Amino acid sequence: MGLEDLPHNFLTGRLEDLVKWSRRMSVWPATFGLACCAIEMMAVGAADFDLSRFGMEVFRASPRQADLMIVAGRVSQKMAPVLRQVYDQMMEPKWVISMGVCASTGGMFNNYAIVQGVDQIVPVDVYAPGCPPSPETLMHAILTLHEKIRTGEITRRPHVPDSGGEEELAGWVPERPGAVRLGTPR
Amino acid sequence: MGLRETLKEELSFLGGFKVTLEQMRRSRVTWQYPLEKKPKPIRQHGRHVLNRYEDGMEKCIGCELCAGVCPADCIYVRGADNPEADPVSPGERYGFVYEINYLRCIHCDMCVEACPTEAITESKMFEFSFTNRADAIYTKAELVVDDEGRPRRLPWEDWRPGDDDHTSAWMRATSPSGSAEYEGRVQWSGELGYGVRAPEGGQSGRRDDEATGIRSLRDVLSLHLDDDERTDEQRGVQGALRRLRHRVELQKKLLSPRRKDA
Repeated sequence: MGLEDLPHNFLTGRLEDLVKWSRRMSVWPATFGLACCAIEMMAVGAADFDLSRFGMEVFRASPRQADLMIVAGRVSQKMAPVLRQVYDQMMEPKWVISMGVCASTGGMFNNYAIVQGVDQIVPVDVYAPGCPPSPETLMHAILTLHEKIRTGEITRRPHVPDSGGEEELAGWVPERPGAVRLGTPR
Repeated sequence: MGLRETLKEELSFLGGFKVTLEQMRRSRVTWQYPLEKKPKPIRQHGRHVLNRYEDGMEKCIGCELCAGVCPADCIYVRGADNPEADPVSPGERYGFVYEINYLRCIHCDMCVEACPTEAITESKMFEFSFTNRADAIYTKAELVVDDEGRPRRLPWEDWRPGDDDHTSAWMRATSPSGSAEYEGRVQWSGELGYGVRAPEGGQSGRRDDEATGIRSLRDVLSLHLDDDERTDEQRGVQGALRRLRHRVELQKKLLSPRRKDA
């Protein structure tokens, strides 16, 4: 972005808002349906719930073109390295939604074959509960993620930003999320 | 080949647009989710609530049957003896610790069936998501209903008017509707809050959709049916008007300011 070297002022602040807005309104998910949750994920994309209202209708088959990985379904131990690779291949900034209880904690499959929580492999931003989550639940998770993108910082600054008054957060904010993590820690 | 035939052949691709153009006169089916919610089926399993009696006593007696029956092992209960001076539940023991991990719960409702005191029931609220794992573990503070019998509304949950209806009076997960002896009988009753629901129609065709609250759902969902699949009153102009009216009513109900009472 080149924003890192600039001092943080009004102009960069507005620019950040613009960048965050554009990121929020076009989060392209990678196709990563693993099990029955993928059916609900498809339902979200279909006419009834129409994910294109949020600019997300393009489920990219290539991780290079995706911003968001919706891990939809149980992740087996064999699938785990694949999942990590797909995540690593995605361009930054990237986010992960863990959809359904199997992806989140293993759910009712508490056994040797299933990864007990996908956050052991990739950093998860939002967890959507349910077995499977209804389309509304997934949309709720997506909207939570939108809020996270909107309120998070797009770049790590060397100094602690001046925290003035509390920003009024209307709508969907479940809590104040911290800065959005930019990729893998080195 | 004459001009007429050539034109007909060259313009035959227009026939392909017929399918597309026909869609234009069909009504829109998209639910504008953050603004409106699709009506829920009456048997929808959502987030749990822990009920209380009318005098404020908790119904949970800490028997741990729900934890035992849970296929996902998402419930953690510890019972304790009721304090003599200030008992929490009318029985001998009460649920001292009650935790549900919503990142494991599969909403199968078996805990609701197992519960001997109807302490745990499910609401219809299913729109929630977490940004960290700690939020997903609901403790008693979050699950027990408030003094009016309403479920507590947590900031990361999306409650709308109607979602907390009948939360204390839920039905069995396994439907008895196939059995004639349960025909038209209330399967569940609630003392506090949002009450006794009307008996569910069985398979005999005798059903009271108005009383069970499924009427508007059926009318709205008939949007997706072809005309020959609809009932008489859902057909034609009259049916379209019905759907429109229900949709407007729904919007009016749901568009009331979000999380005003959260």
